[in-house]
Amino acid sequence: MYGRKVKLRFFFILLILLTLILSAFLILKSLEENVVYFQSPTEIQSLSEVDKKKIRVGGMVKVGSISMEVKEVKFVITDFKNDINVIYSGVVPNLFTEGKGVVAEGYLKDKNFFLATKILAKHDENYMPPEVKAALEEK
Amino acid sequence: MFKHLKPNKIFLLTSKAPKYVLLAFIIILSIGLTEALILSPEDYKQSHSVRIMYVHVPAAWISLGTFSAITLLSLVGYIFKIRNFFLISKSLAPSGLLFNIIALVTGSIWGKPTWGTWWAWDARITSMLILAMFYLMYLVAWRIYKDDDKTFKITSIITLLGIINVPIIKYSVDWWNTLHQPASINILSKSSIHISMLYPLIIMTAAFALFSLLIFLMKYNTELIKIKNKGLDRL
Repeated sequence: MYGRKVKLRFFFILLILLTLILSAFLILKSLEENVVYFQSPTEIQSLSEVDKKKIRVGGMVKVGSISMEVKEVKFVITDFKNDINVIYSGVVPNLFTEGKGVVAEGYLKDKNFFLATKILAKHDENYMPPEVKAALEEK
Repeated sequence: MFKHLKPNKIFLLTSKAPKYVLLAFIIILSIGLTEALILSPEDYKQSHSVRIMYVHVPAAWISLGTFSAITLLSLVGYIFKIRNFFLISKSLAPSGLLFNIIALVTGSIWGKPTWGTWWAWDARITSMLILAMFYLMYLVAWRIYKDDDKTFKITSIITLLGIINVPIIKYSVDWWNTLHQPASINILSKSSIHISMLYPLIIMTAAFALFSLLIFLMKYNTELIKIKNKGLDRL
């Protein structure tokens, strides 16, 4: 039906595509540690040693854990398996609240203590009007 | 089939289309903007900044869709040697790049009040930036070479390299921890966006798609005129 050249070009494209997909997969797989934007408290627990490097820890702000003091904010990041205590002095974003996502950038003191230099609020994928949220909470 | 289309015949259609597309675009955009900016509710958490989403998400969708279309057309065009497909691809690219940039900029504007930062090197945002660079490479490649065959090959290679990035953009939020939230709209499972916010989003997507079509038609007409001026009667 099609000429030999057309078939050859088709296989040529197919080969390039497969090679690229495979290489991209291998590269991303080996770079996984650097591709992730933050680590969870569980991943912090499983670190073999505590580095001096700047890292990011992310998860949920544990309900009831935020304590605002004169100079600093203390709270707990949890992934519902492990927790990590965070101390931060500075301005927190508006959407930083208990029970919501957060990413803290800074340095590990040890596996349970994190000194944050920057706090980012993580927004989840739920979008709804306030009335719907209120109705959901009543249930 | 596509090889033997006469540029004159296509031009008869495509030269008349823009004014109707423009009219449809203005109507749909007005409905979309009224829905998005006035009628739709504010979000329970982000309050009014949710309205940025009605520009951000459609722009991102269109730029991803356009790049996929360009790749498909370029590769089929390369395999079957269809010149017309390359011209269509070339005419699609500028609006794709425009919407890619709009997605990045609106994302940044939304990120500041929501996350507390203008920019984060997370997987979704960075891969979207890479897509913009592929668009740019693609458009620059069209201007470099005099020889058409060479241009067709090089632009095809660029789309082939760039298309690998498209599924990475789509799934980056599922594969890795990212600051960017996962998709709210799922075709197979229940969406996590309220229906009152979904309508304006869909209308705005239709409006942006019409705008893309408009820019495409204008660019494509220019290509057809160039061909006519060269005295070629076949694409």
